[in-house]
Amino acid sequence: MSIDMSVSPAPLLPPQLMQTEALLTMRGLSRTYGAVRALRNVDVTVYPGEVMGVVGESGSGKSTLLRMMNLEDTPDRGDYRLRLRDRDDGNLFELGRYQRRMLCAHHIGIVYQNPHLGLLMRHSSSGNVAERLLIAGERSFDVLRSKARDALDASEFPLDRMDSRPAELSGGMQQRVQLAKAIALEPALLLLDEPTTGLDVSVQALVLDTLKRLQRDRQITMVLVSHDLGVIRTMADRVLVMRHGEVVEQGLADQVFQDPQHPYTQQLVHAKL
Amino acid sequence: METTEPLLRVQGLGKTFRMYHLDSMLHAFEGISFDLHAGEFLLLKGRNGAGKSTLLRTLWRSYLPVEGHIWYRSQLGMIDLARAADVDIALLRRQEIGFVTQFLTARPRVAAQDIVAEPLRLAGHAPEEALDQARHWLGEFGVRPELWRAYPSTFSGGEQQKVNLARALILPQRLLLLDEPTASLDAGARAALVRRLADLKASGVAIIGVFHHPGDVAELIDREIDLATRAIADDSERIDHVAL
Repeated sequence: MSIDMSVSPAPLLPPQLMQTEALLTMRGLSRTYGAVRALRNVDVTVYPGEVMGVVGESGSGKSTLLRMMNLEDTPDRGDYRLRLRDRDDGNLFELGRYQRRMLCAHHIGIVYQNPHLGLLMRHSSSGNVAERLLIAGERSFDVLRSKARDALDASEFPLDRMDSRPAELSGGMQQRVQLAKAIALEPALLLLDEPTTGLDVSVQALVLDTLKRLQRDRQITMVLVSHDLGVIRTMADRVLVMRHGEVVEQGLADQVFQDPQHPYTQQLVHAKL
Repeated sequence: METTEPLLRVQGLGKTFRMYHLDSMLHAFEGISFDLHAGEFLLLKGRNGAGKSTLLRTLWRSYLPVEGHIWYRSQLGMIDLARAADVDIALLRRQEIGFVTQFLTARPRVAAQDIVAEPLRLAGHAPEEALDQARHWLGEFGVRPELWRAYPSTFSGGEQQKVNLARALILPQRLLLLDEPTASLDAGARAALVRRLADLKASGVAIIGVFHHPGDVAELIDREIDLATRAIADDSERIDHVAL
């Protein structure tokens, strides 16, 4: 049977009912590393309280995109805005290094797949969390300790281990320390880069459950990158599917999984389920 | 009722799945048109595979229609669900449109009463009040009090379904989509479900449902669509259908 273009759904309309403005808006992001096109004209919009999932295989550009959101890297072209209370920073890619660092410390939290990227392995767990508070200007020891304790508790980290060094902890516990550090300053945006990849399945479920709880209780806006469709399915409200640096499909999570439109997404979904 | 504007106006709705790996199309339905007013109950009929669940999921937008319109009169304005932005659909799912399936997505370490209370919590109700209502509905559907604080992931299918229904129906929506909600329910829970649906209908909730045994809800049905023939039966013809 030949492919008939008339059976494609019509393009969706711009939001009409949604009164809230987007928290995160990225437009036209492109980035090449040497001969590799890591990102190609990528647009992303994330609304307050949403969990946006980003899926794709390695090399699809999904981790590059997350690093851009965390201002660790800048694109060749593109615009990035966060709508934060009482401030307009314009295109965040044009901020100076110090401003960028302060903006990240106060408003963006990140959890990496590899805890070595996010943690000082020889400092105590509470010290790792307190470090984030120190960067933000907190100096009182008592406040540092109690805030670190609260963040660890919210991440469901066992408080009797808060003086242990991450190097002595299991993978799941290390991720909880990263999470505590990421949420200690109640960021507007929480970035999660394969946060449960490499953990045992049972530990993975518990970490995801913690993330769900945090999301429910605090309505933190999250961008979650994972190659694991099960993780995305559990967590995400909406999904971006990336391939070769491009967004090939985006939609409500249930729609992307149950009625994928792009050949690549169909292949991904069928391969995994 | 005919003089008021419909809550939902479906026009020429069609769904076809394109399956690239098979280089083929799967045709589900086409040319579906109907109006639904507040407080009306529409039954979707048809043999297995006729597309009843597919139509429900298209209205819910898990499936993207390939033709037609789904005009919905939201409290925030008129919108075509067939083409509305994903975030608008997500908003309506939180505030106005409910979907009840026969499956509960139990989450680890969340108690039955918290799962049921969650829609109220998200809608801004106080924690204690939300829990009180949750316990009330768990009781109505026949979940024993000693299970209210347990994790439903370990419950039997029937008990999970009761939790699922209590959760899905705790917060009145304006439009409710039901996909075989009575499957795997015992008689008591089925009766509780029918009572709750009657109350919701009386309060103006519009309902579209697929039922394995439509006799359960016979008294609530205003109209039927038979997806096999695509004929819409009006109220006077209904009696014949249901009597079978």
